[in-house]
Amino acid sequence: MTEIFETYSVIAVYSALAVYTIAFIAFTLDLARRSAPATATVRTGALASASGGRATALLERLATDTPSDTPGKASRPLQLAMGFTVVAWLLHVAAAVLRGLAAGRVPWANMFEFSLTATAIIVGVFLAIQFWQDLRFLGVYITGFVILLLGIASVNFYVPISPLPQSLQSAWLVIHVFVASLGTGFFAIGAGLSLAQLLQSRRELTGAGPRFLATLPSAASLENLAYRVILVGFVFWTFTLIAGAIWAQRAWGRYWGWDTKEVWTFIIWTIFAGYIHARATRGWRGSRSAWLAIVGFSAVMFNFTIVNLFFKGLHTYSGL
Amino acid sequence: MDSSRPSDHFDSPAQVSGISQPKLGFVGYLRFFWRQLTSMRTALLLLLLLAFAAIPGSLVPQRTSDPNGVVQFKTENPDLYPVLDTLQVFNTYSSVWFSAIYLLLFISLIGCIIPRTRFHLAALRARPPRTPARLDRLAGFTSITAEADAAAALDSATSLLRRLGYRVERFGSSVSAERGYLRETGNLVFHSALVGVLIAVGLGGGLGYSGQRVVVEGQKFVNVLGDYDSFNPGRFFSSDSLTPYRIELNSFDATYETENPNAIGLATYYSANVTTTDENGNTGESSIKVNSPLDIGNSEVFLLGNGYAPVLTVRDPEGKVVWTDAVPFLPQDAFLTSVGVVKVPDGLAKQVGMIGLFYPTVDTLDSGALASTFPGLDDPLLTLRVYTGDLGLDDGVPKSVYALDPIGLTPIAGGASDVDSLELGIGDTVEIPGGLGTVELSGVKRFASFDVHHDPAQLWVLGFAILILGGLLTGLFIPRRRVWIKVVETEGSNVRIEYAGLARGEDPGLESAVTDIAARHSKQLGLRLNP
Repeated sequence: MTEIFETYSVIAVYSALAVYTIAFIAFTLDLARRSAPATATVRTGALASASGGRATALLERLATDTPSDTPGKASRPLQLAMGFTVVAWLLHVAAAVLRGLAAGRVPWANMFEFSLTATAIIVGVFLAIQFWQDLRFLGVYITGFVILLLGIASVNFYVPISPLPQSLQSAWLVIHVFVASLGTGFFAIGAGLSLAQLLQSRRELTGAGPRFLATLPSAASLENLAYRVILVGFVFWTFTLIAGAIWAQRAWGRYWGWDTKEVWTFIIWTIFAGYIHARATRGWRGSRSAWLAIVGFSAVMFNFTIVNLFFKGLHTYSGL
Repeated sequence: MDSSRPSDHFDSPAQVSGISQPKLGFVGYLRFFWRQLTSMRTALLLLLLLAFAAIPGSLVPQRTSDPNGVVQFKTENPDLYPVLDTLQVFNTYSSVWFSAIYLLLFISLIGCIIPRTRFHLAALRARPPRTPARLDRLAGFTSITAEADAAAALDSATSLLRRLGYRVERFGSSVSAERGYLRETGNLVFHSALVGVLIAVGLGGGLGYSGQRVVVEGQKFVNVLGDYDSFNPGRFFSSDSLTPYRIELNSFDATYETENPNAIGLATYYSANVTTTDENGNTGESSIKVNSPLDIGNSEVFLLGNGYAPVLTVRDPEGKVVWTDAVPFLPQDAFLTSVGVVKVPDGLAKQVGMIGLFYPTVDTLDSGALASTFPGLDDPLLTLRVYTGDLGLDDGVPKSVYALDPIGLTPIAGGASDVDSLELGIGDTVEIPGGLGTVELSGVKRFASFDVHHDPAQLWVLGFAILILGGLLTGLFIPRRRVWIKVVETEGSNVRIEYAGLARGEDPGLESAVTDIAARHSKQLGLRLNP
């Protein structure tokens, strides 16, 4: 039974990768259509005024100018892309669930499984967030990112199922790692929004940049969206840090020991704490804080890949 | 930062310089630097600097978490080591520069918390401010003209806002309301709890201790200073804080994976079964496992390592026992190939030292070398290299019991000698070459290595951590806002009711909140909202 589940899980992963790729292509076609001058919907007028907000109250009022309040008809490629993403995600979740069933435990105990589950959670956050705001324009970024990570994980990090070492046999494995992945999902979307914000603010200042930007919210709106998404990520990350400390106390006899992974989790927390403060600091709002969000997410990815694979420490669970 | 502003207040753009500043005296400069230190911009820079300064400690092994790594780094990078050591990179997190950054950051933080707390306490007692003259310039402005009684409209506005959790004040024909004071409270709790964590961590580290001890099955460990193999007291540690309890290791269980071909030998279960005796003489049985430490006498006992301890007996040529002990062998790999050392300084014709390799399940590799293929005790074999000569135990210099430096000694079995290493299975007795005597492997025991920790402040750290999380949630997600409802009498029996709000800090939901209040209010009055 175990082997059958494990095999089906692998088949599901590769199927998900294939469908994500189709979704990625469709998202790209959508951006291409948005770039075409004939179909570009001009809605810069209403939003551009928001970028130069003067005082707290007025700015907050304009901040609600998000894409959702002009729910223009989505292009055909975009609808298809979202459909494919949902299908791919279902396959992806099935792969993770089968892996968990085969192993008889949560499917996040080594590098391959972290990657499998964390990317599923990232896409899950991306899909769930659409109910709140229309962020489908991030589809290229999210599917591209997930294809890359999941592809590398499946090809290079794959390890057969093995039982949990005793140090991982803890309820905290379920909570700590899951919430960390959830936080990563929000940070990923936050970084995507900040990236779009940087492009958009350059376009607003110089007019340079790809034309599809005209169909995206203004830089100020993107900044507000990124901020709200990252706040959620930050709360999850704080929880991850605390849960990790409680677990470390049980497993290793100390709640904090500057292990390499602990150091990087702390660095990431500090960068995003800085990001949140940057919004209230003169001269740091706008592009500078966007860069902080991107640097912060890069640190998350660094922590996830380089630190897991190459750094010496107690979190040596990659299984490679 | 300016204490009269909410935490996430957005400053207006910088003013154009060209202001001639007054000459500052000594106190003036102090005030100036204090202002600089407690400004948001400085705090932000310190925060980012802290993140940056934490990086080297993850690149270079740290003395606290990986002392062997530091030694290894020193031999591998003899030129770089002294430079990095001078810069305290091997103790990054207690280095002068790292400490300077976080101490400045926390001083800046305290300099921010105190005035803000004072201001917030005043705000908590204050009434909502007067209604602005022109509501139409504020967020979510909504206006309704309808036939209604002005006094009734004001009354129902007051009760509606009260029900929604607003603090309400009447000003003539208008109602002023404010809510979300918990936002600033949460924010202050968050920042104060950070200071609390820092203090609790410092106190815990200073007052606590940690110690390590290897215990072989059948042996006892008593929680007194002299019974530890290694001991790290905090700065303010006094030996009174050691509760004299006793732990006897009765048996040690280990389960290894045997089914899954991808994980043969993976340890899935360890349990150190112990008898404990507390300071009053009460005894009890318990087991210490990974992820499940033993709470005893103000301290926690963790199972951090384990291995094999072959029981060896050395006899002289007449058969008299000159040395016997269960020797803990240090595991070298996942299959518990282990290395241990035996030193017999007295009783034989010469001083004898032995370096042993223990294979719990031995196999011969293609190269002819021996290796362990499973960590369980399926087919154990012990090999011994034997040396004679001065073991250096009489010099008065402490020597590690886990190491034997063969330099200066004469190999008589294994190594550079022409005799093979001695090989012993359980129950075997072999002759030591040169007619020195015999050595017997009578059995193999397990040992457990325990870490004993005492941190009197760790529950405080946990408590502050929970406050951090709670403060973060309330400080970030509860909106602080003001709402005004104004009733203006127009000609005839008509009144115009105006609604508007003002965000105090991040408040993306303000507009919809104001329009929602307008809708509810008009519904209460039995009016239809005319856009």
